[in-house]
Amino acid sequence: MTLDLLFQNAQLINPETGTVGQGALGVKDGQIAEVWQGAAPGETKAAQVVDCAEKHLGPGLVDIGVKVCEPGERHKESFRSAGRAAAAGGVTSIVTRPDTLPAIDSPETLEFVLRRAREATDVRVYPMAALTKGREGREMTEIGFLLDAGAVAFSDGDRVVTNTKVFSRALTYANSLGALVLGHVQEPVLSDGAAVTSGKFASLRGLPGVSPMAERMGLERDLALIEMTGARYHVDQITTAQALGALARAKGALDMTVGTSIHHLTLNALDVADYRTFFKLKPPLRDEEDRLACVEAVGSGAIDIISSMHTPQDEESKRLPFEAAASGAVGVETMLSAALRLYHAGYLELAVLWRAMSLAPAKRLGLPQGRLQAGAPADLVLCDVNAPYTLDRFALQSKSQNTPFDGALMQGKVLATYVAGEKIYERN
Amino acid sequence: MSFPHRHLLGIEQLSPDAIVTLLDLAERYVDLNRSQNKHSSVLEGLTQINMFFENSTRTQASFEIAGKRLGADVMNMEVRASSISKGETLIDTAMTLNAMQPDLLVVRHPHSGAVDLLAQKVHCAVLNAGDGRHEHPTQALLDTLTIRRSKGRLHRLRIAICGDIAHSRVARSNIMLLGKMENRIRLIGPPTLMPSGIADFGVEVFEDMREGLRDVDVVMMLRLQKERMDGGFIPSEREYFHRFGLDAEKLSHAAPDAIVMHPGPMNRGVEIDGTLADDINRSVIREQVEMGVAVRMAAMELLARNLQASRGAA
Repeated sequence: MTLDLLFQNAQLINPETGTVGQGALGVKDGQIAEVWQGAAPGETKAAQVVDCAEKHLGPGLVDIGVKVCEPGERHKESFRSAGRAAAAGGVTSIVTRPDTLPAIDSPETLEFVLRRAREATDVRVYPMAALTKGREGREMTEIGFLLDAGAVAFSDGDRVVTNTKVFSRALTYANSLGALVLGHVQEPVLSDGAAVTSGKFASLRGLPGVSPMAERMGLERDLALIEMTGARYHVDQITTAQALGALARAKGALDMTVGTSIHHLTLNALDVADYRTFFKLKPPLRDEEDRLACVEAVGSGAIDIISSMHTPQDEESKRLPFEAAASGAVGVETMLSAALRLYHAGYLELAVLWRAMSLAPAKRLGLPQGRLQAGAPADLVLCDVNAPYTLDRFALQSKSQNTPFDGALMQGKVLATYVAGEKIYERN
Repeated sequence: MSFPHRHLLGIEQLSPDAIVTLLDLAERYVDLNRSQNKHSSVLEGLTQINMFFENSTRTQASFEIAGKRLGADVMNMEVRASSISKGETLIDTAMTLNAMQPDLLVVRHPHSGAVDLLAQKVHCAVLNAGDGRHEHPTQALLDTLTIRRSKGRLHRLRIAICGDIAHSRVARSNIMLLGKMENRIRLIGPPTLMPSGIADFGVEVFEDMREGLRDVDVVMMLRLQKERMDGGFIPSEREYFHRFGLDAEKLSHAAPDAIVMHPGPMNRGVEIDGTLADDINRSVIREQVEMGVAVRMAAMELLARNLQASRGAA
């Protein structure tokens, strides 16, 4: 057999075995054909050979919760620009959010999105659909039709379905179809109007804050509803130590997984400093102790998935007083570099990061990628985890440049990204 | 002279030295303001724009008089009514004003940090006349001047700040200023009106007026906004007055020569007893208003000097 592509002299990151080691990897027909420890046998033939020069090769990242602003706000992010940003960030699968204008709440809108994605990008796109019509929390969407049309999960984005009757029925119905539901855990009344996490910093800056306890309250409610309905459930972002405590008691018994955002793992409340609106997120950035607790939870597996919560915002939405500014940060392109901060600081191993950014999200969505294994799709990222650079937000591929890492020193560059064995990005 | 600042955005950025410089200069303006001819030409030829995105009669009037006495051309802009309703952003408004070449911009805005944001975009000196719950530096400076004139010093005093601390920019600026001058600060109020993380501010917190006022030299009352009176933060106006309103009996727990202050406008019978507010032996509320003009004159003179120095250098 002649391989299409052979990667030699790579440091292979295998999230399944939790190992990183010297190896080689062969690709045939868009799939991983074989993985060798050490060098590939001498007789191996390949149409193309890539000498990785001891750089790291791992499965491409799978990012749950990317906001592409189609339909409605294409000037903030289109499938083309989001795809370029993802490819440059080593992300080979994006799971898109339904909080667009209008919301993706009908099979027709979902089909439009999939068509746009096919035309515009080589990155794999898996759309989520809204759980309730218009994300208004009143009536459930056509979950069955949406599943048939290709929805991989259901979510109302950062809106909480406050009516527990509506939510419990939607969970029950979704469960009967085996659909995955994403929840945003935040007690909505307590957190109403908040721009930051309450505490000394919020008080000094005179900004309205929300207690971190609001997250635990939201989580506790959802845990009870999942127990009641048996639904398949994923928490989009856990960001506080209080919520982690509540989670530990419940997680084993329920069909649930837990996510967090890369920004909550790498930044804290003080980074807002003098009202820097690129640091305004939802939920808001937390105290350093919370950040560290979440990092530890990723290590232990209590938090399963890291995502970028990529949220493009134009300059006009951010060049406002902090309270009036829009929330969210772009992240799909910087997630890997940012996550490598946790590796370089000695908190998390590479294989653990890849488990949280690639294997675990793929598993949760029932996708075959995220693995370095014969038969898996050849979605790969080749990166130099040590290469330093200074991030310039205007060099980002996204149409929106609202990154909190502008001017930050980063370590770890994506060298090339492959989807189904085809190179979709190469750093020049 | 040590006042190395281009803007007056908050107390946070000021050193004790800069504060004393400003207060000393303000003293001279107190004398000027009490004399027959109140006119000076320190700001002659300069343009001052008062831009108030939030209602204010007193502060705006105080800044206007201060500017006029110093010889500036003063213009008041009611921004709330004009461009904001047309969807113009704060930064656009600032850029427009900037093109008119003002020298001093006095800004009040309902959002914390909005004045800092605006100051980054204009070439003139910016004075913060109150931003959200963040800072109100000239109010804290005028309070401090009032205290210094009444007590003869500005350190090692026991000062109680009472009422709605959580929503008060006056409280924040005063906590910072009086803290920098090494005074002991007590905050008194219901826990629903205390900011979060208050324990880390280097202050003592009391929920009982009598206990909190014991032996204090200065009692600063804060205004309780009407919209916070009913049910949300406190049960009722009358229960609030009963527990936290300042009256002669509660004041008797303070030092015999303690002074009573209020940034105005007062809610008589809510946070302060009307008779007490008018007691010229205890209340320095009217003097605070007088000091306000002097402090604002001093602040504008210092900023104008720095502005002219920087223009000369350029």
